Amino acid sequence: MSLEEVTVEKTSIDLDEVYRESNIQPILDELDRDLVGLAPVKTRIREIASLLLIARLREQSGLSTERPTLHMCFTGRPGTGKTTVAVRMAKILHHLRYVRKGHLVVATRDDLVGQYVGHTAPKTKEIVKKAMGGVLFIDEAYYLYRPENERDYGQEAIEMLLQVMENQRDDLVVILAGYKERMDTFFQSNPGFRSRIAHHIDFPDFSLNELMEIAELMLSQQMYSFDDESRKVFAEYLALRVQQPLFANARSVRNAIDRAKLRQAGRLIRQGGVVSREELARIDADDIRQSRVFQGGITTADSNPANETPGRLLS
Amino acid sequence: MRITQGTFSYLPDFTDDDIKAQVQYCLDNDWPISIEYTDDPHPRNVYWDLWDLPMFDMKDPAAVMFELNRCREAFPNHYVRVNGYDRRFGRQTTALSFIVQRPKEEPGFRVERQEFEDRVVKYTIHAYATDRPEGMRYES
Repeated sequence: MSLEEVTVEKTSIDLDEVYRESNIQPILDELDRDLVGLAPVKTRIREIASLLLIARLREQSGLSTERPTLHMCFTGRPGTGKTTVAVRMAKILHHLRYVRKGHLVVATRDDLVGQYVGHTAPKTKEIVKKAMGGVLFIDEAYYLYRPENERDYGQEAIEMLLQVMENQRDDLVVILAGYKERMDTFFQSNPGFRSRIAHHIDFPDFSLNELMEIAELMLSQQMYSFDDESRKVFAEYLALRVQQPLFANARSVRNAIDRAKLRQAGRLIRQGGVVSREELARIDADDIRQSRVFQGGITTADSNPANETPGRLLS
Repeated sequence: MRITQGTFSYLPDFTDDDIKAQVQYCLDNDWPISIEYTDDPHPRNVYWDLWDLPMFDMKDPAAVMFELNRCREAFPNHYVRVNGYDRRFGRQTTALSFIVQRPKEEPGFRVERQEFEDRVVKYTIHAYATDRPEGMRYES
């Protein structure tokens, strides 16, 4: 029995069966399995999924025909999994048939705002059209609004988005993302956005244990592993790194692992001779200990913030 | 006289759902869509005016409907057609083209006979609509 076959004439609906048929449980399970921590986010996603499922059933039972507002706002510091969750959200919405295709289009200010008069509208329109049938994810949405420059074209993009969020509700879902504080200021100056967004989800920072778990997960996915010593050193590394500037949660962990892999490769080549399979997979304590974090740490001036920049201004 | 050009032109006019289904077929085949309009119904008038830009990378027919509705709004009394272009090497041609809007009244064509030397007669057709300047042809 598919969702559509639950007809209006029916007075009772087997919820378990509909839930099973909607195929969202595997996605939610996957979300639980693949994403470390983020307990409040997972709870909210579950709540939203249930709400949407019930709304669909209500509609089919003739109780209400109003489509629930689906636009969302994800706030949180960099590397807390906003984009990853957005991809899953798109899948959930697709399975519940709130979007027809379930793809995710990621856009930032550069993709939406033009450089000269008359450039913004077609650019925004192009992205919006690409996102139709799916989810439009606007990263660091507050950059669209630049109050210091009253002739900024961002306002034009905002107006267009508001219009689309209202008129094309059946065609696409918009998710805004960014730092919580800046997002709040953004909403204060653009109340139209706030009222059109139904779900605000805050992504908490990861704890040290969670970061460690993330590191282990990433390594095992890439067929690498820590030994006991390097695990300890990496935990120390994380404890130090968290306090240093430009820390970007899971993304910093990934970068640290990438650099450790680099050092491991260098070490193995220098060492030469015969290498065992186990050695190829192992990250040594030394590979981590060479990091700048242990030598007084990263300062904003000499760091390479390529991937860890929390905001565009610093890049 | 009802113009029959392009695919499906002998069928009743398409509803929006029909159009969406055809557009979906184009998208499934990876054919970029474009929307064109004209007010010159002559069958040899193959180059219609392009509305906006050709649409690449669209995933859903809603995007095409969005543009189509804008085009209909701007040219309520023109012919509008939707084209699907097959860009694959070896084909590189319009794969599907069908009219999605036509003027409310289509006055049709008259035959013109041109007398030539030696009693030769040359025939041509002339659309009544083109007697009026472009942009004013189907206004009542």
